[in-house]
Amino acid sequence: MTAGLLTGLVVFVLASFVGFEVINKVPPTLHTPLMSGANAISGIAVIGAVLIAGAQEWNVTVILGLIAVVLATVNVVGGFLVTDRMLQMFKKKEVKA
Amino acid sequence: MSGGFTEFLPTGIEITYLVAASLFIVGLKQLGSPATARRGNLIAAIGMFLAIVATLLNQSVLNYQMILVGVVVGSLVGAIAAQKVEMTAMPQMVGLLNGLGGAASTLIAVGEYWRLMGTGNPVPLDATVTIILSVLIGNITLTGSFLAFAKLQSLVSGSPVTYPLQQPINILLLVGFLAGSAYLITTAIDPTIFLVINGISLLLGVLFVLPIGGADMPVVISLLNSFSGLAASAAGFVLMNNMLIIAGALVGASGIILTQIMCKAMNRSLASVLFGAFGGATKATGGASGTQQDKIVRSIGAEEGAMMLGYARSVVIVPGYGMAVAQAQHTVRELADQLEKMGVEVKYAIHPVAGRMPGHMNVLLAEANVPYPQLYDMDDINPEFERTDVALVIGANDVVNPAARSDANSPIYGMPILEVDKAQHTIVIKRGMSAGFAGVENDLFYKDKTMMLFGGAKDMVAQLVSEVKQL
Repeated sequence: MTAGLLTGLVVFVLASFVGFEVINKVPPTLHTPLMSGANAISGIAVIGAVLIAGAQEWNVTVILGLIAVVLATVNVVGGFLVTDRMLQMFKKKEVKA
Repeated sequence: MSGGFTEFLPTGIEITYLVAASLFIVGLKQLGSPATARRGNLIAAIGMFLAIVATLLNQSVLNYQMILVGVVVGSLVGAIAAQKVEMTAMPQMVGLLNGLGGAASTLIAVGEYWRLMGTGNPVPLDATVTIILSVLIGNITLTGSFLAFAKLQSLVSGSPVTYPLQQPINILLLVGFLAGSAYLITTAIDPTIFLVINGISLLLGVLFVLPIGGADMPVVISLLNSFSGLAASAAGFVLMNNMLIIAGALVGASGIILTQIMCKAMNRSLASVLFGAFGGATKATGGASGTQQDKIVRSIGAEEGAMMLGYARSVVIVPGYGMAVAQAQHTVRELADQLEKMGVEVKYAIHPVAGRMPGHMNVLLAEANVPYPQLYDMDDINPEFERTDVALVIGANDVVNPAARSDANSPIYGMPILEVDKAQHTIVIKRGMSAGFAGVENDLFYKDKTMMLFGGAKDMVAQLVSEVKQL
């Protein structure tokens, strides 16, 4: 196993623990927004797509990368906006007396 | 030199990634509380923006005109979809977006494999392993999510699909995948075998969701959510990019947490949801329903229902998937408003797995402007049913079935339920006497205190509203 892969593994495991700690105990009201917000974050694949689509000349990799850029951007933008739209509705109105 | 993208990125970019990762963590944290959730989402979005801009500044990214075109196209599609989508269609939307994330991760892995093939050098072992893993997770996320979308959108039947030799076929495919992977790892670059294992993993995604039925969707959607994160992480391993690994791991963790909550709310293990084919396996109990035929069902009309509701002191509304299908949330809110005007105390009881995704009912009621302090979780509302005059069940079935408490032979035995049968009276709005998703008869409908209001959720609630107005 190369040093790079090992470092990646360390980062992955630690980040997973952070995720578990940070997200635990979310009230049911926020389950859907949490899911769609997290979903938007998983669109981070867009930066991987940008990296492999970056070459100047056209080849299979660049084409696949560009398709991935489009799909991942839909995921990111759609995810964050729809989450915001949902959260906008969660208002704490004064309960009528 | 085949280093390419796996070379270390410049320090400035790495630092920006660190900032972005921190913003994701803070954002997710804030998404966990109603007061800060909206800001949390914004913070995460800023993190994403920074990460993308930093990546575009990378020197190896030369083709940025085309990439920007891609970003603009993707943003437009995403923004329009986010604006247009109905709140009732939110489970489908999340499913679809999950699938796109999975697709992107797969494309990255395939693209990288093609690039490495093009160099003419042997592909390093690390790269092959991570690419195979990325392809597996990405493809399962892709087709699994798209099938979940199709089921939720009723493009295909939402009921569990079972066929003979289901498990042997799955195992055979998995063995085929492993054999192909072993060949690629040990022997050589082979585009044909690589495409074959891609095909197998796409098929596995379909077969994984196919046997899972509608009411188990909250589990599946959460699990696919987790997969979409893991897919991004796997792509991160392919490109040796910490940003992808961290963000993916965070999403993976959040998806797993939701999956656990959903499984717990149904008192079922993840394995039984994935491999149990709930609705199908329980057909045997249908035979027992013959005995139910003799039992008496009390059916009432909207007028009588309105009278019970209007003169009650306290009413608890229990919404289920039927309310979502009928898009009745606004009408339900209207009914609650009318009742409150008459001095009735109205609360909503939300079962964790009501609907088709975690928090489905909460989103719909929020859309109808129901203040969230009026929504009560199962644990908070159950002790209150005894003091409740009328429990109004709208399109929910299995989550209010007392058999879960009393009948050890019932397939849903042990599942925590909303104890509406403890209220003074229960009114159930339902289209007919059909069994719920789990295929189980509901004893609640035959109880003395239960009144059935037969009709579509929206139509019936609208009638209740107009009748209550005339009281």
